[in-house]
Amino acid sequence: MITKRIIPCLDVNKGRVVKGVSFVNLRDAGDPVELAAYYDREGADEIVFLDITASHERRKTVIELASKAAEKVFIPYTIGGGINRVDDIREILKKGADKISINTSAVENPNLIEEGANLFGSQCIVVAIDAKKVSNSNWEVYIHGGRTPTGKDAVKWAKQVEDLGGGEILLTSMDKDGTKDGYDLELTHAITSAVNIPVIASGGAGKLEHLRDVIKLAGADAVLVASIFHYGEFTVKQAKEYLRKEGINIRI
Amino acid sequence: MYEKYIAIIDYNAGNIKSVSNALLKTGALVKVTNSLKVIRNASAIVLPGVGAFGNAINNLKIFNLPDLIKREIKRKPFLGICLGFQLLFEYSTEKDRNEGLGIFKGYVERIPEGVKIPHIGWNQINILKTDSKLFKNIENNENFYFVHSYYVKCEDASIISSTTNYGVNLTSSIEKDNIFALQFHPEKSSLKGMTILENFWNYVQEEG
Repeated sequence: MITKRIIPCLDVNKGRVVKGVSFVNLRDAGDPVELAAYYDREGADEIVFLDITASHERRKTVIELASKAAEKVFIPYTIGGGINRVDDIREILKKGADKISINTSAVENPNLIEEGANLFGSQCIVVAIDAKKVSNSNWEVYIHGGRTPTGKDAVKWAKQVEDLGGGEILLTSMDKDGTKDGYDLELTHAITSAVNIPVIASGGAGKLEHLRDVIKLAGADAVLVASIFHYGEFTVKQAKEYLRKEGINIRI
Repeated sequence: MYEKYIAIIDYNAGNIKSVSNALLKTGALVKVTNSLKVIRNASAIVLPGVGAFGNAINNLKIFNLPDLIKREIKRKPFLGICLGFQLLFEYSTEKDRNEGLGIFKGYVERIPEGVKIPHIGWNQINILKTDSKLFKNIENNENFYFVHSYYVKCEDASIISSTTNYGVNLTSSIEKDNIFALQFHPEKSSLKGMTILENFWNYVQEEG
């Protein structure tokens, strides 16, 4: 049986990890590739790198990152951030990344999902959706790092993503992100019941119970985790042992 | 002195970088190539590949590789990964019917409905050949990383070295004499994947 996945997420700015990591004994804990290799050794199932470099340099920095990670990371990794052309996708995959993640560019040009899936396969096209609650059981899609509302309904958009050939959805609850009081179970459940592609839940993890709940109660296939690992509150191993004890199929 | 090396066949079918990086990490000498001469002179061959079956077989033909592979596979250690495993069979029903290399009996078809497709993520292998050189130091039911939508219907049960459950019981690896092939990706399967590649390189050094 396929296992549920634990995915550390690293925000990267100009080639450096944004959220400081002080607890690990690494030569350079600010180096995203060193940190990803550390999480690989710890038992992480995948890595997501999100490049947030705010300049025209970003195209270069994501490609560099894809290439360097291929030398040291031996689990699948995804690269996201400013990817808006098929040529960028090709370049990043060629350097050794397994998947790319698109967000704003997918909303502005849904054709990119279809083109990418046709050329490289659905398995490497992750569509990130940032969603915010507008009323009971209604969530709106935001783009530009959560700054711009689009008027799109998150559940409908998720279905469209699947129809266009998107391979996975990386779903972030803007209401829960940064709160540490748990993933948005209602939102996640609404999306996992609407589509038949894997959903990675993101935003709100503060305790290990939160990971369990979003998998067991909301049907998430994977959980994205950032600060509770980066700040050393829990290790990947602790999280995995806990989830396995709770009866979830986990690779240890 | 003549140095042993593994030829990783580069035929424009996806992620060669990860395979070569992972093999290098085990200490193997590798050459990423589509030169017939370099492949002939190699001690072993790795055939990787992701993407569509039809494209892959056409690309092999463009580089005049099918006949060479069919000849060389009889005489040196061979490791097929993912599509490089599927290509060893007679044909695939992906899109239109496409002929494969036909080294083993069986064909490739879409994973039956009822599960999420592609089969993507970590899944367990049930090892049938417990004396497999490739699975030395690998425990039964260990997890490996899979990503595929089509699977091999192997018609020669004697070569199946492991199976994996994903709606159906699919063949996750085969082994016959010097030929090994895996549906999953050892180069993306962390330490245990590295163990498999190390086992292959050790075998090449002993036999190749």
